[in-house]
Amino acid sequence: MKRLLGVMALGVSMGAALLGSAPAMADTANIAVAANFTKTIEEIGQVFEKQTGHQVKFAFGPTGKLYAQIKNGAPFDAFFGADEKRPLKTAEDGIGIEKSYFVYAQGQIALYSAKYPVAEHALEVLKEAKFNHLAIANPKTAPYGERAEAYLQKVGLYDGVKAKLVNGESIAHAFQYVVTNNAEIGFVALSQLVDPQSPVYQKGQYWIVPQSEYKPINQGAILTQRGANNVAATAFMEFVKTPKAIEIIQRYGYNVQ
Amino acid sequence: MLELFGTSVNLAPIWLTLEVAAITTVVLLLLGTPLAWWMAKMRSSNKVVLEALVALPLVLPPTVLGFYLLIIFNPTGPVTEFLRFFGFEGQLTFSKTGLVIGSVFYSLPFAVQPLMHAFEAIPQRLLDAASTLRASFLDRFFTIVVPLSQRGFLVAATLAFAHTVGEFGVVLMVGGNIPGQTRMVSIDIFDHVESLEYDQAHILSAMMLIFSLCVLMLVYGLNRRFGVKVG
Repeated sequence: MKRLLGVMALGVSMGAALLGSAPAMADTANIAVAANFTKTIEEIGQVFEKQTGHQVKFAFGPTGKLYAQIKNGAPFDAFFGADEKRPLKTAEDGIGIEKSYFVYAQGQIALYSAKYPVAEHALEVLKEAKFNHLAIANPKTAPYGERAEAYLQKVGLYDGVKAKLVNGESIAHAFQYVVTNNAEIGFVALSQLVDPQSPVYQKGQYWIVPQSEYKPINQGAILTQRGANNVAATAFMEFVKTPKAIEIIQRYGYNVQ
Repeated sequence: MLELFGTSVNLAPIWLTLEVAAITTVVLLLLGTPLAWWMAKMRSSNKVVLEALVALPLVLPPTVLGFYLLIIFNPTGPVTEFLRFFGFEGQLTFSKTGLVIGSVFYSLPFAVQPLMHAFEAIPQRLLDAASTLRASFLDRFFTIVVPLSQRGFLVAATLAFAHTVGEFGVVLMVGGNIPGQTRMVSIDIFDHVESLEYDQAHILSAMMLIFSLCVLMLVYGLNRRFGVKVG
């Protein structure tokens, strides 16, 4: 009986949360988001706000910067990183709540070029290495760069292109090198190519590096202690796991587990 | 590699930074002096436009400047084509040459403004008197203008040098972060912070901080003693 009451109470509160447009229930969440996920999460945020009446405000930046800000007391209710390490580290620091952690998206690496036939002959192009510069994200700081470098090593092409590598600070920066023609070819994120607003949308060629060839680029999200009491923040964390949100995430070129 | 407080710090980015800053300073003094002279003597209202253009890097976010440089520096872009005309081979982005050119743009106001103020402060009658003694322009410049603007030159050189050392956005955008070639110290610090290597970041940052503080104290000390206007 007690349990039934509990379930009913939960049902009522969930119903209220779903109806949610009652202004007294609505809340605002401040969420730190890795820059690569900007457009995707903005679209998810719009749908979320429409459905729940809550508000979400996003702050975008490099994951390491956001982590440093959160560690030093920045008022964020949740943290969507570009990797797993730094969101989990907030839990170690006692700021993030470990049990709220989940992987919300997996990045996919693509080899892009406006000049070389990478769609069909990616490995030959890399092997011949006729280009002057191959752009990747900095392997030391950016997961996309690290995986791209590991992939090159795995297929035995790293030494051949090593002298031609140029490092973008982030995957966005590596992408700029290619878009502005300073590097003729580059490992970028698929999400940068499939976005209809991308400057290279349906221009040039790309080849998606098979997921089996590299360790997944898991992007993790975590709720902070501050966000635990914020209805909008907790609701948003759950919303990102819904089929509607997953559809948006996949459309922007990410995998979802 | 240097061992400090049990943390090993790679010094190559520091040497590269000092080298780029030194070359940039020389180029800026060579180009900035005639430009500052021309601006100091300008009477037309065009001076306003020129002053605004020179000051532009002060207000533009460096990443914006860097992004524009990335576009105009690209291998098929106008600047590279122009330099090819003089026998330049290779590519501006991802090279030391590109870093220097980018830094020259970025630090331009720091060299030109103190020089211009120093030149403006020279009494015209001194130059006129020298002219009546048939001193040529170069003669007047090197025997009157240069000695009287010594502090202006010193301030211009110090600020241009220091500002280039501290530069981040521009070198980040056009450099490509290649170890030994374009990885400057500010980028190195950023990388350490990003990869949570806070010890290395702290040491390099402390070095930068102390260096900058010394340079600024030097400049303000000169200001106090000789009354040179800055900025």
